[in-house]
Amino acid sequence: MPTLSLNDRTVSFETGQTILEVAQQNDVVIPTLCHLKEAHATGGCRICVVEVAGSDQLLPACATPAGADMRILTDSPAVRTARKAIIEMMLAAGAHNCLLMDHPQSSWSESQLAIMEQPWHDKICPAHGDCRLQDLAIEYEVSVAGIDQKIDGHPLDDATPMIVRDYSRCIGCGRCIQACNEVQVNAAIPSPYGRREDHPNGWYPLVDYENCTHCGQCLQACPTGALFEKKAFGLATGSEAEKVRTTCPYCGVGCQQWLHVKDDRVIKVTAVEEGAPNLGRLCVKGRFGYDFIHSPERLTHPLIREGETFRKASWDEALDLVAEKFKQIRQLHGPDALAGVSCARSINEDSYQMQKLFRAVFKTNNIDHCART
Amino acid sequence: MFLVIGSNMTEAHPVAATFLKNAVMKGARLIVVDPRRHKLVDFAERHVPIRVGSDIAFANSLMQVLIEEGLYDSAFVDSCTIDFDLLQEKVAGYPPEKAAEICGVSAETIRETARALASVKPLMLCYTLGITEHTCGRNNVVTLANLQMLLGNMGMECGGVNPLRGQNNVQGACDMGALPNVFPGYQKVVDADAREKFAQAWGVPGLPEQNGLMIPQMMEGLTNGRVRGFYIFGENLANTEPDIRKVEHELASAEFLVCQDIFPNETTRFAHVVLPAAAWSENDGTFTNSERRVSRVRTASNPPGEARPNWWIFREIARRMGHAWESDSAREIWDNEISVLAPQLCGIKYARLEGDGLQWPCPDEEHPGTCFLHRDGQFTCGLGIFTPADWTPPAEVPDEKYPLVLSTGRRLAHYHTRTQTGRCEGLNDILGEETADISLADARDLGVDNGEMIKVSSRRGEVTVRANVTREVPPGMVWMAFHFREACANWLTNPAFDPVTLTAEYKACAVRIDRIAAP
Ligand code: SF4
Ligand code: SF4
Ligand code: SF4
Ligand code: FES
Repeated sequence: MPTLSLNDRTVSFETGQTILEVAQQNDVVIPTLCHLKEAHATGGCRICVVEVAGSDQLLPACATPAGADMRILTDSPAVRTARKAIIEMMLAAGAHNCLLMDHPQSSWSESQLAIMEQPWHDKICPAHGDCRLQDLAIEYEVSVAGIDQKIDGHPLDDATPMIVRDYSRCIGCGRCIQACNEVQVNAAIPSPYGRREDHPNGWYPLVDYENCTHCGQCLQACPTGALFEKKAFGLATGSEAEKVRTTCPYCGVGCQQWLHVKDDRVIKVTAVEEGAPNLGRLCVKGRFGYDFIHSPERLTHPLIREGETFRKASWDEALDLVAEKFKQIRQLHGPDALAGVSCARSINEDSYQMQKLFRAVFKTNNIDHCART
Repeated sequence: MFLVIGSNMTEAHPVAATFLKNAVMKGARLIVVDPRRHKLVDFAERHVPIRVGSDIAFANSLMQVLIEEGLYDSAFVDSCTIDFDLLQEKVAGYPPEKAAEICGVSAETIRETARALASVKPLMLCYTLGITEHTCGRNNVVTLANLQMLLGNMGMECGGVNPLRGQNNVQGACDMGALPNVFPGYQKVVDADAREKFAQAWGVPGLPEQNGLMIPQMMEGLTNGRVRGFYIFGENLANTEPDIRKVEHELASAEFLVCQDIFPNETTRFAHVVLPAAAWSENDGTFTNSERRVSRVRTASNPPGEARPNWWIFREIARRMGHAWESDSAREIWDNEISVLAPQLCGIKYARLEGDGLQWPCPDEEHPGTCFLHRDGQFTCGLGIFTPADWTPPAEVPDEKYPLVLSTGRRLAHYHTRTQTGRCEGLNDILGEETADISLADARDLGVDNGEMIKVSSRRGEVTVRANVTREVPPGMVWMAFHFREACANWLTNPAFDPVTLTAEYKACAVRIDRIAAP
């Protein structure tokens, strides 16, 4: 196996791996923004640059193949300076005011004061506490206090039901484009032609709603607060919600999800990035179809029929009645006069328990479910 | 290569479809066989738009070509299967010229498709309800298995016959024995040893010996007095079963009906007792997906009011009838009962399900789980048996009065009768009403504009619905879903059933379209 020098350590690698992959495999952290694992590397943001001996410029680790005997420095002063410049540029290019919140308003620039007036900016950025750009700004000690930020002239797309696209916080990384085109293969975000510099009025990944399935893969991929979920807006920031892993309740694919829970409510769903079988993907139902559980129309207590209507009952009363009636019917007409339909949506343990009730207690095999729909 | 037949994957199983699309982008080949020109067709090298319900004729004809031209996998057939001669005899009756008339595609198309299928290995075949929801559903499935055995595509990664399960836990409900003929783990109730085993485990003197009733028989039983006490757990039968009018009459006839659900719905209207259940994220438990992967479901929030877990409710009823069940949590039910009693699940315990779950069969606690069945031609019953079947037409075919075929399915943004998705903010905005999808040609002939309200009627009922004129559906077909009550396709569908599985023919019945607006 070929080897190379990574921060003065000799490590081996497989031909075809990128510098980023070799670093990750050796627990060396290189920051990334535009890199999306399942898509082709664009080398667009350049935050992942590293120093390679013999090369006169810094090279993007995500897009550069590892070579035998390369000597790589991932955190040299030159690398840090370059990264810092990129972060400064990105912060200045948009309405990123999250890190200002700890500073007195007297130190804010005019543009920064104006940000608060814009739609969806009355609350702190929805990505706060879970934003790659913010993390990097903190790590590389880039301050935004008092700088002039470009807050005007960015498009805002908040007309669709699920996702708000606030391009004033878009860093142009292109991950949403790749998530849509290469991961979900929906081709709903045509790539703006060329590089950011070629678009003096802004480089914005706008959506073609003809093809959009509202799967939210772009949302999952966005490293900043540019794309966020409308109905979760303002409900919790980064670490406030607890994450619970579960399985999607809709189709037979069985996607793995994180439920974001705060105050006994599920406020958002994201995909488990590396989890099988869905590897970080969800569809519109899995990602946005969670709030039915908190609907005010839920059944909250047992009901017993009285003529044409129902009245509330206690569990004891309702269950006694069910047991009594079923016993009676069994006595008069035999156990096969009872029948039940189980639920193909509910957990295994429920179906097991229901068939056990019918077989062991009622003494009939009249148990089925909608296996066929 | 992939063969997708009778499956509108991009809408019904969107995430599975993304992996298929990824593979195609990387160069895999895809053939789609479906009456509708749905989204996946954009990715296919070949779309074969066979008529609704002609699948067996089509597949038999493919096999006739494969045998006649010597394109099948004779090594696999010789060593891993039996009854090839029966198959050969049967499919001889389906030369492409004959099948072409039934399927509405040319004989040449059938020949070319057969050759394409034989040209690449492995071939993965995926199907959904487009195959099973017919009066000949079971025969459709065995015919596709015949095809894959003939091509030698069984027991290998990326091969096989892969049903994509409609509901999230259909696989699990079957595995758990929520079926009239089997205990958990597919152990037959007519088998005395199996009964003895479960009687012991459950601490009862004996268990019923006869297979029970399937849903359609239960429903019939409600009107003739055979079934008097009916317990519906979590299914909105009044909207999901074919022919709503008939179903509602049946439900209303129940002497005592118990409904256990999370919302009031069209079915609970008929109940005598309604029991409020905890929902998906209010429970610990497990689901089993289409690839037989058992994954954890975890509690994220508390149920509202007095709603309780379903397993608790069943346990309480058992207690009131003199049975004290020990297991007192989903975990105990799984670890101490299910995984002890179902041989395929013996190795699966909650402690092992923390990450990505496990795929059964998983016979012991060291076993890593099984990704694909029938490895190297090992079938559960020894050799693969060819089970040839004849094509039969749908129970109701178009005629002068009802000249169009109605086929049904689901749409992306909603799920079934919307008891859940209809209550999620935003999903109704993405898709707010039902439409009847019709072809450009039929729209022209009928003088119907896109977006116009029309009347669709069958021998059983009629609905008023907005016309959606699209090139997705072929002439002669109307396509609808069952997400919205008023325009629910099941006012129209035919309660005709496969004789073996009693699956209803949701995919084909005869309808007519009339304009409402005065011209
Ligand atoms: S996108 Fe990130 S950096 Fe920008 S305001 Fe939001 S949290 Fe801060
Ligand atoms: S929601 Fe899905 S389809 Fe729509 S733009 Fe985002 S990734 Fe593409
Ligand atoms: S919207 Fe988000 S993912 Fe897309 S380019 Fe902008 S920052 Fe990147
Ligand atoms: S992460 Fe490597 S160039 Fe953006």
